[in-house]
Amino acid sequence: MSKLSIKNLDLYYSDFKALKDVNLEIEEHKITAFIGPSGCGKSTLLKSINRMNDLVEGCRIEGEILLDGKNIFKDIDVNVLRKRVGMVFQKPNPFPMSIYDNIAYGPRTHGIHSKAKLDDIVEKSLRDAAIWDECKDRLKKSALGMSGGQQQRLCIARALAVQPEVLLMDEPTSALDPISTSKIEDLAMELKKDYTIVMVTHNMQQAVRVSDNTAFFLLGEVVEYNDTEKLFSIPSDKRTEDYITGRFG
Amino acid sequence: MSSKSSSTQAKGVNEVTLGQKLKSYTRTPGSMVVMLLVMLAAVITFAVLIFLIAYILVNGVPYLQPSLFSLEYSSENASLMPALINTVIMTALSLLIAVPFGIFSAIFLVEYAKRGNKFVEVIRLTTETLQGIPSIVYGLFGMLFFVTTCGWGFSILAGAFTLSIMVLPLIMRSTEEALKAVPDSYREGSFGLGAGKLRTVFRIVLPSAVPGILAGVILAIGRIVGETAALIYTAGTVADIPSSVMSSGRTLAVHMYNLASEGLYMDQAYATAVILLVLVVGINTLSGVVAKRLTKA
Amino acid sequence: MKSKAWTEKFMRGVFFIAACASVLAVALICVFLFANGIPAMSEIGFLDFLTGKMWKPNNDIYGIFPMIVGSLYVTAGAIIVGVPIGILTAVFMAFYCPKQIYKPLKTATELLAGIPSVVYGFFGLVVLVPIIRQLGRDLGFGGNGSSMLTASLLLGMMILPTIIGLTESSLRAVPTQYYEGAVALGATHERAIFRVVLPAAKSGTIAAIVLGVGRAIGETMAVIMVAGNQARMPQGIFRGIRTLTANIVIEMGYATDLHREALIATGVVLFVFILIINFCVALLNRRDSRE
Repeated sequence: MSKLSIKNLDLYYSDFKALKDVNLEIEEHKITAFIGPSGCGKSTLLKSINRMNDLVEGCRIEGEILLDGKNIFKDIDVNVLRKRVGMVFQKPNPFPMSIYDNIAYGPRTHGIHSKAKLDDIVEKSLRDAAIWDECKDRLKKSALGMSGGQQQRLCIARALAVQPEVLLMDEPTSALDPISTSKIEDLAMELKKDYTIVMVTHNMQQAVRVSDNTAFFLLGEVVEYNDTEKLFSIPSDKRTEDYITGRFG
Repeated sequence: MSSKSSSTQAKGVNEVTLGQKLKSYTRTPGSMVVMLLVMLAAVITFAVLIFLIAYILVNGVPYLQPSLFSLEYSSENASLMPALINTVIMTALSLLIAVPFGIFSAIFLVEYAKRGNKFVEVIRLTTETLQGIPSIVYGLFGMLFFVTTCGWGFSILAGAFTLSIMVLPLIMRSTEEALKAVPDSYREGSFGLGAGKLRTVFRIVLPSAVPGILAGVILAIGRIVGETAALIYTAGTVADIPSSVMSSGRTLAVHMYNLASEGLYMDQAYATAVILLVLVVGINTLSGVVAKRLTKA
Repeated sequence: MKSKAWTEKFMRGVFFIAACASVLAVALICVFLFANGIPAMSEIGFLDFLTGKMWKPNNDIYGIFPMIVGSLYVTAGAIIVGVPIGILTAVFMAFYCPKQIYKPLKTATELLAGIPSVVYGFFGLVVLVPIIRQLGRDLGFGGNGSSMLTASLLLGMMILPTIIGLTESSLRAVPTQYYEGAVALGATHERAIFRVVLPAAKSGTIAAIVLGVGRAIGETMAVIMVAGNQARMPQGIFRGIRTLTANIVIEMGYATDLHREALIATGVVLFVFILIINFCVALLNRRDSRE
C-alpha cells in the first residue's frame, strides 16, 4: 500500500478552481517530485497534504487524501497530522530564538520536557540534517545569524525533531546558492531511507537528480505521473514533452 | 466575498466543524484554557465599554431637559449651555493656533529637511516627548507661563494656548504621515512643469493630503473637548459665557468635573456625561470616516 | 523672478520657525517647571521633600513620599489589571476575531481611547466606588470605596486601548512564516501564537506596556474622583491613596508661597518620571527599527 493516496481531489480558492480531480499514489521511502510551471497547483497540492491550506481563507477542498489508509480530513487530528507530515518551506523560516530552542520547539510542543531527552533529540536532528558540525558550538546563539543554506538545513532538522513519517519540501532550494542546494539535495537522498519525501521543485534537473517518481502538473491537473527516469526519457504526453524540452514554462 | 461562495457551494472536506475543533481541544487542554482566557479577555474589554456607555446613557438621557440648555448658569439651574459654548470657543481658538504650526512644521520635516538631518531628529524627539507629557503638567506649565508670566490670568486664551501645545504633536504627526503618503510622482510631475517648491507643496501635495490632516485635526478636537486637567488652572472654572478671550470660562469637561466632585448636581452630571460621550463618539466616528476616504483615494 | 525666489526663501523660513515651535515648547516647559520647582525643593531639602512621609502644608512640612508611593502603587495596580486583559484582547483581535465583527470591535477599542478621563472618573465614582465599598465591608477591610483598588481598576480600564492598539500592531508585524512554521510542526493555534509569535513581538509589546505606565502615572482627573486622596502612606488596597497628579490639582487652588512651589515641585517629580518613561519608549522604538 502506498504511504499517501490522493483521490479525486478538487481544490478551490473562493471561485477559482486550483486543482482538478487529482489522483496520486505516493510511495513510502521514495522521493516524489512535483514539477510544472508556476501557478500549476503543485505547491497547493503539497500544502493540502498537511492541511496548511486551511490557513488560506476561502480555500475549499473536495475529495480525499489518505495517510496509511486514514482520511486526513476526518480520521486524524490536524495537529497530529502535521506532526506526522512535516514541512520545509520555500523560504527558510527559523523562529527568532536560539538554534537549540528552534529544534526543541517541536518536541516540547508534543510533550517532551526532559533536558537530557531534548539534548539527544537536538543533537540527532542536527546530525541527520548534516548541520551538527557547523553549529554544535553555538546552539544557544540566535538562529537568525546563520546563512540561508544553514537556516534551511536547520528548518529540516526542526522538522525531523518531531519524528515525522512524511517530509514535504516546498521548493526548498529556490532561495539558496548552488553549494547549499547540492547539500540539501544530498541530504534529501540520505533521508529517504527513513522518511517519505514529497518535493516541489521548479528545477527539472533537480527532479532528475533526486527523485524516484515525478508528477507533472499543468493548470491544476496532473498530466503525467511516472517513474522519474521514464517521465523524462519517454514522456507519454505531448504536453510533458513540451515542458521538459523547454518549449514553455 | 468568501461567505457568498461558501453559502452557495457545498462545504469542502477541509472545513473544520465545531465538533472537530472541540475534539482537538480536548486533546490539548492547555491550548483550550489559553483559548478560553483569550475569549474571556475580549469579552471583558468589550463588555466594560458597552456597560460604561449604556450606563451613562440610561442614567443621563432622562435628565436632558431644556433647562440644561439655558444660557444662564445659576445655583438653581446648573445649565451646561455656557460650558458648551466655551468648549466651542476653546476648540476653535486652540486649533487656530495649533493647526498652522502643526501643518507648517510637518511640511518642513517632510518637504524641506534633508534626510538624516540632526535637527529633524531633535524635533522628532521633542514631539515624542510632548506626546507623552500628561495633561496636568501642561496645566502647570500653562499656569506658570501664560497665566502668571504673561499676565493673562485665568482666561480662555491661556487655556487655548496650553491646549494648542498639547495637540500640536497630534496634528504634526498626522500631517507628516499624510504628506509622506503623497506619491513622489506628484511632486516630480509638478517640478517637471516648472513649478517651484512652494507652488508644488501648496497646490499639489497639500490638497492630496487633506483627508489625513483632517483626520488628525478631528482627533485633536476630541482631545480638546475631553480635556480637564490642563484647563482647571489655566482657563479657570467660571461657569458663564465669557465676555472676551481674556475672561475665565469652563469647558464642558471641566463643568462635568465640578458637578461630579461637588456632588450637588449628580443628575446634571449624568446629563453632561451623555453630551460629552455623544460628542466624543461623534468626533471619533467622523475621524474614522475621513480616514477611510483617505485610504480610498 | 527675483521676488519668487524671495518668497520661496521666506516661506522656507516660516516652515522652519514653525518646526522650531515644538522644540521651543519642550524647552519652555522644562525651564518653567524646573525654575519654579527646584528652588522649593532645595528650600525644603531634596531628601526631605522626596522621602518625607508627612505632607502637612499648614505646618510647612512637605514630604511627597506618600504620593510617590501612591502613584507607583496605582500604576502597578493598573498594569496588573490592564496588561493581561489588554494583551489577550490584542491576541484576540489579531488571531481570533471573525472578519465580520473585526471592524466594529476595532472602532470600539478606538472609542475606548477617546472617552474623556472625566467620564471615566465619573463612571468610577458612580459604579466602581459603591461596588468596592460593599466588597470592602463584606470582606472586613472597611474603607469607603474610594481606594487604591478602585483607582487601579479604573486606570487598568483606561490603559486598555493603549495596550491593545500597540500590541495588536506589533503582533501583525510579525512575519506569518513564524506562525506557519510552528503550525507545520503540529503546534496548536494557541501554542504557535503564545510561544512563537508573541515572543517575536516582544519589544513592541513592552513598548505598549511602558506607554501604558506613562498614561497611568500621568492620569489625573479620573484618579482624583475615585482614589480618596488622603495624603498619607498607603494603608491597604481598600483604603484611600493620593497620587502626585492628585496632589497638584487638589491643593493648587488655594496654595500660596512655599506650598504652591512645593506643588510645582511635585509636578517636576512627575515630569521627571514621564521623561524617564519617554526615554525608555524611544530607546525601545529605536532598537526595534534597527532590528
